[in-house]
Amino acid sequence: MINIIKVSGFSLLMIGGFSAYSNYGIPQIIPAPPPVEEKLELGAMTMDQFVALGDRIYNGKGTCTLCHNAMGRAPMLDRIGSVAAENLKNPNYRGTAKTVEEYLHESLVKPSAFVTAGFGKAGSNDTESPMPDVSGGGIGLSEAEIAAVIAYLQESSGSEVTVAIPVLPASGAGTSNAEEAAPLKTPEEVIAKYTCGVCHVFAGHDLENRPGTLGPNLARIGATRSREYLRQALLDPDAVIAKGYAAGMMPKTYGEQLKAQELEMLVNYMAKSK
Amino acid sequence: MPAANASEAAAPAAVQTTAATANTAAVPDAKAAAYPPAPKLTASDYPTIRGVNSRVAVWLVAQLHLWFGAFVLAVPIFVFIIEAIGMATRDERYDNMAFEFMKVSIIAYSLTAILGGLLTFSLVLFYPDLFKYLATIFKGSMFAYALLFFAESAILYIYYYGWHWLQGGNKKWVHLTLGLLLNAVGCLLMFLANAWTTFMMSPAAVDAAGVFNGDTWAAIHNFLWNPINIHRFVANVAYGGSIIGAYAAFKFLSARSKEERAHYDWIGYNANFIAISALLPLPFAGYYLTAEMYAYSQQMGITLMGGVFAWIFIIQAVLIGALFLSANYYLWCGMGRSEGAYRYNPKIKYIAIVLVVAFLVWFTPHTLVLTNAELKSLGGPYHQYLGVLGLMPAKNTAVNFLIVFTFLSFMFYRRANKIATVSWVTTGNAIQIALFTVGLINITLLGVYYGYFTNNVYKVAASIPQVLTTLTILVVSTIIDTLMYKGAKEVAPLHWGRMPARSQYALFLLAVAFTWLMGLMGYVRSAIRQHWHVQGVFRDNSVDAFTPDLGYAANIVSIGTILFMVMVMFIFWLNAINSRRAISKGYWKKHA
Repeated sequence: MINIIKVSGFSLLMIGGFSAYSNYGIPQIIPAPPPVEEKLELGAMTMDQFVALGDRIYNGKGTCTLCHNAMGRAPMLDRIGSVAAENLKNPNYRGTAKTVEEYLHESLVKPSAFVTAGFGKAGSNDTESPMPDVSGGGIGLSEAEIAAVIAYLQESSGSEVTVAIPVLPASGAGTSNAEEAAPLKTPEEVIAKYTCGVCHVFAGHDLENRPGTLGPNLARIGATRSREYLRQALLDPDAVIAKGYAAGMMPKTYGEQLKAQELEMLVNYMAKSK
Repeated sequence: MPAANASEAAAPAAVQTTAATANTAAVPDAKAAAYPPAPKLTASDYPTIRGVNSRVAVWLVAQLHLWFGAFVLAVPIFVFIIEAIGMATRDERYDNMAFEFMKVSIIAYSLTAILGGLLTFSLVLFYPDLFKYLATIFKGSMFAYALLFFAESAILYIYYYGWHWLQGGNKKWVHLTLGLLLNAVGCLLMFLANAWTTFMMSPAAVDAAGVFNGDTWAAIHNFLWNPINIHRFVANVAYGGSIIGAYAAFKFLSARSKEERAHYDWIGYNANFIAISALLPLPFAGYYLTAEMYAYSQQMGITLMGGVFAWIFIIQAVLIGALFLSANYYLWCGMGRSEGAYRYNPKIKYIAIVLVVAFLVWFTPHTLVLTNAELKSLGGPYHQYLGVLGLMPAKNTAVNFLIVFTFLSFMFYRRANKIATVSWVTTGNAIQIALFTVGLINITLLGVYYGYFTNNVYKVAASIPQVLTTLTILVVSTIIDTLMYKGAKEVAPLHWGRMPARSQYALFLLAVAFTWLMGLMGYVRSAIRQHWHVQGVFRDNSVDAFTPDLGYAANIVSIGTILFMVMVMFIFWLNAINSRRAISKGYWKKHA
């Protein structure tokens, strides 16, 4: 019996030692929680927000930085805008893209279309990329998320952002019928639908029918305010309050209600109202 | 047959990669329509029992089943070899030892079966949709598994209970053949179970939605199946040896006579020999498995070695270091069995120094988690001098040194009580010294060149030539030693049983460290899927889908190890009471 106690005590000591080392001898890193499917409100996004979304996906859900980092496991993408243009002319390029934007999309879903020298799978002579298709498997980015990553890559590499914010709802955004999804076609339609004219005067509007103005007159707003200011005023009305008007009067829901194209159309319309 | 190498295995993998991504152009079987996609579950789809953590329950039961399974599958492998040695040498001691090993494993066999049943219950109870999905794909192999289990049990019982019946002449050959059959069925069982496990890591024959295309063989022969088969086979033998070693140590410590002590010392020595013999190639098998994980999915490989799990490999280094040190310590203690070994004693301290240095190099982390002030003072997350030791080439070099010097310990032990009498003994020794010297220089140069003078991408390229160098040293040196010590003169007898008690604790340490390490690495293998039941096709949406921190995982492994050791002690105790005979005078009625 004494031997059972002795060897049991010894074993417990060992197990305790291993456990103690694992708890106190090494840093306790709390792994990130499983990614949650984000409900993307693309319609209300500005391009800056869309690029920021791409940044989040690139550094998070997309797991891009696991390989595209200074460790040299995959090419760095800090100059991808100009590098992509060069790669398109490379004789080893086997894809079908014509533009940088198409090339970036192809690189994300068909990574073997072009493999940077030295970064191919072992034994493939740089014809096969070890990178997975980001639209499938464990990463599973939606088309909208891929577009956001492309926008981020273009922006962060100092290139012109050519990608458009997708109109269709992204993965997890829920379903909506085509009628609701279709954006309005003219600024006048937007102003009418969202009843902006109830409070504001717009260029060309009949002032007699709109004698009272609860909000600032916007007929010549483009002469004094930038597009950024106008966009902010629509998305976050209380950020800057025009002199003589009270805060909290304008609804803050336009960011959610306006589709991206409608928002930009309205901003452009007001910016040109001089 | 399973793919023998990475390139062979790459072919089905290519199919898999295509199938498990959005590009689902791969033409599925006509039966595909009959199979449903992987379910999309919500947290409420997972049944719960108040006060029971589903994940921990399944984790512990699966791990206990695996420990016992590894043990009972491993023992017949080396029992078969020991029985064959006994037949070839006609030395009955080997036959008795083989039977004693089986005696220990026969009780463990029942526990394995009970735990296997409990695991199935747990899965059906807590993860019914996952079990149903896997059963849909693997129903055929699951049924075959059940039938094979019956066959395994029948063969095992005939093999064990017929041991003393099937003795001598052709009967012994029949018994040995049964042993071979037992191992064949045992391996088949393990390979089938491995297929289900590896399918969850590297699914094959399913499309992006998890729809099975009907090709069962492709699902079984998935990308990581063979690497796991090889790794588990080698690890099981090492593990089985270590548990038998613990049994022998327990019996040695409890022995009441000199003969008994000598017997269990001999068994302990052989068990340790088996454990070390399998431990030496184990890092290579592990390396092959990891390389294949990278080949299957670079993302998975990097998450494993460079992501949140990277620190586990520092814990692993500590454990493997403990394994090597305790195995060597036991060998060094064993040299006290013969006066002839005293001439090697001065050299042992140098082996010990190399082992400790190699262990420390392996143990050195690559990046350090520091506060901002510490980072500033250090100039980055890498230590100026020690940072280079954190790289893979340094660790590969260290592990090769550990293996070569452990082998050297064993060579000294083997030579302990003998003097070679062949005429070419000086030349033979010179060749061996040259072999070790050139080999170690080669291992070092490869590590330094690839570690610090090549691009990051090629840093692991040193591993293959380093491994080949180590294997060359081991194989060539063994051949020379065997020939050189054929008919060697015995300078002093081996006194079996002349071992200090502390040496037996080294055997216990080996068993405990092995068990704990298997639990930890088993956790990593499973946790690498992160929030996926089946990687990339069947998401885990339970409340336990998160990856726990390492301390939490280590604590669960510790609880499992304690439970396992309690059960093992129970088995040892059952064996002990089985041989006791109490005389109860006057209890039984006397008959005329």
